[in-house]
Amino acid sequence: MPDIITQEGEIKTDKWTLVPHPEEGEALELPEGPVMIPAELWLAGIDHYRGQERIGVWLESHDEPGMLADYVNEVPIIAVNFPKFTDGRGYSSARLLRERYGYRNELRAVGDVLLDQLQFMKRCGFDSYALRPDKDIHLAAHCLNFFSQAYQAAGDTDLPLFRRRAS
Amino acid sequence: MYVYDEHDRQILAERVAQFRHQTDRALAGDLAEDEFLPLRLQNGLYIQRLAPMLRICVPYGMLRSEQLRRLARITRDYDKGYAHFTTRQNVQLNWPEVEDVPDILAELAEVEMHANQTSGNCIRNTTTDQFAGAQSDEIVDPRPYCEIIRQWSTYHPEFAFLPRKFKVAVNASENGDRAAVQVHDIGLEIIRNDQDELGFRVHVGGGLGRTPMVGPVIREFLPELDLLTYLEAILRVYNRYGRRDNKYKARIKILVKALTPEAFAEKVEEEWAHTKDSPTRLTPEAIRKIQGYFTEPPYDSLNDNPQALVSARSESKTFDNWVKRNVDSHKKPGYAIVSLTMKKTGIPPGDISDRQLEDIADLADRYSFGEARVTHQQNVVFADVRQDELFELWQALKPLGFATPNLNTLTDIICCPGGDYCALANAKSIPVADAIQRKFDNLDYVWDLGDIDLNISGCMNACGHHHVGHIGVLGVDKKGEEFYQISLGGSSQRDASIGKILGPSFARESMPDVIEKILDVYVQNRTEEEPFLDTYRRIGISPFKERVYA
Repeated sequence: MPDIITQEGEIKTDKWTLVPHPEEGEALELPEGPVMIPAELWLAGIDHYRGQERIGVWLESHDEPGMLADYVNEVPIIAVNFPKFTDGRGYSSARLLRERYGYRNELRAVGDVLLDQLQFMKRCGFDSYALRPDKDIHLAAHCLNFFSQAYQAAGDTDLPLFRRRAS
Repeated sequence: MYVYDEHDRQILAERVAQFRHQTDRALAGDLAEDEFLPLRLQNGLYIQRLAPMLRICVPYGMLRSEQLRRLARITRDYDKGYAHFTTRQNVQLNWPEVEDVPDILAELAEVEMHANQTSGNCIRNTTTDQFAGAQSDEIVDPRPYCEIIRQWSTYHPEFAFLPRKFKVAVNASENGDRAAVQVHDIGLEIIRNDQDELGFRVHVGGGLGRTPMVGPVIREFLPELDLLTYLEAILRVYNRYGRRDNKYKARIKILVKALTPEAFAEKVEEEWAHTKDSPTRLTPEAIRKIQGYFTEPPYDSLNDNPQALVSARSESKTFDNWVKRNVDSHKKPGYAIVSLTMKKTGIPPGDISDRQLEDIADLADRYSFGEARVTHQQNVVFADVRQDELFELWQALKPLGFATPNLNTLTDIICCPGGDYCALANAKSIPVADAIQRKFDNLDYVWDLGDIDLNISGCMNACGHHHVGHIGVLGVDKKGEEFYQISLGGSSQRDASIGKILGPSFARESMPDVIEKILDVYVQNRTEEEPFLDTYRRIGISPFKERVYA
């Protein structure tokens, strides 16, 4: 089982398997154990999947997180894929899930997840990170905390600096 | 001017430590070049044609004298003793060593400076009018809003990996637009509505580059307190829907055009409806607090046109010419705004030595409350000079080469570093500027021509703003040879327009003669007092074409 990083920077053994989109014309096959399936397939089979503790979902960077709006807390985990670390759409997806749709369960960054973006991810509301395997996982705790405060409100705080400053 | 508090200082110190960590890993080979690339770009570090280049941020162009002295020291200790003022009101070092950059950033942080987000696909330095706070036709001082935007955009966690770079400009002048807001990704005009409330007219999707566009208005009036939530809504729409498949189609202007400005505005409004009352909404106290940093300097109570100025002007024709050209009126009686021109023939536009930086710092202390401003025309402004000290200041500026009375004239050329320095350039630009300045060295002739913006870019990226020059020059590469294309009729002012291409391009050596022919057509066709741009707009491009390609 691969390792996962928590927002506290701890390294945990992961239990979730990410199931990719099935090939054209093929059915979705679920392996044993907890799985994350494409969000649109979860929605297509919602009567079957909802409430199942072992079925989570994942979003591609171009997917509309709004598609989960009405069911967001009915999944135990949502992962957002970063196909390339320079593709910043996932940061907006995370903030929408947390701040607009009120998602409260685990929100995970997967894909091209590198060290130097971890704190941005955390600030946008991700609370677990599947670091790319070639990166030194022991640096994650340090990189999650380069900054001790920030100017903006985001997924992690609703107090921008201008509201924290004494006037 | 803004002064850091303990929050700003801590955040910046942590940024320097972060970049040191990143640089160490990059130099150790633990961070691949493509992974390090956006990190170093967002700390101002390019790897260029001849050497690395560090672009240091000058927020909305404002510099204190201690900062100028620190820049001078850094150019001496880490570079070749000179720097370059850019067309984004920033300062560039052309020859630093990569491993020195964390140390340079640490030295900058000591004087509340940095190189944050001066490059990369993120929100860049917010720019404004170089006369802000000192001119009389200003609705309010735009700089507090620039500072509010600076803080909001600094390390914004959602917008560090946009489809492309993103530039915001703010203008508060009622009559002019020295900030060229209509050719920015977001252009904000500070206005008052008919209820006398303060707010912004919001332009989105202007820009230069390959697809030059004047930014359409997507909101006629945005209330002051909604500034940040609305910007965040625009950025979110762009971050999610801007094109990422082709870097030449990735700027927000392409998205705005593809959706239409109306549909784009609708998307923004829809997004904003969810967030407009979020904690990111500004408070009157927060604005007042930032405004408190931009209070007026301790002006003396004086009268306009003091005797000392009047007699000096009548005694010295050259001084009088300089006052006419390089000095602007001030909101306070007895004060004036002075532009130091960095466009002496033989010196690349914008280049400045360590000694000159220190000289400017000394003069700023002596004559302008210790502050100076960098302009997007690559000049320097002293915004608060006593009129009775203008003659003395002029005498001090002359030997330094900063008193060439050519502000806003043909020879006050905006010019990018071009093929001499820049890896992106197709052609050199500095030698063209130099040849034109040499050809038109007769000041009487140049003054007679009046205001002319001549802008030169060495490639399509348009750092020299050629599209909005009354006369624009673009370097192009034709089978390995450098040629230059001319456009006419651009403007970055309130009546913003993109110049029209005159026709086939020219070899470098014929450029001064071509410019001369264009000017001849103007002089022969102008009516009394008619500036170049108006004549062009009246007679159109054909007479110019006929003469140049005759």
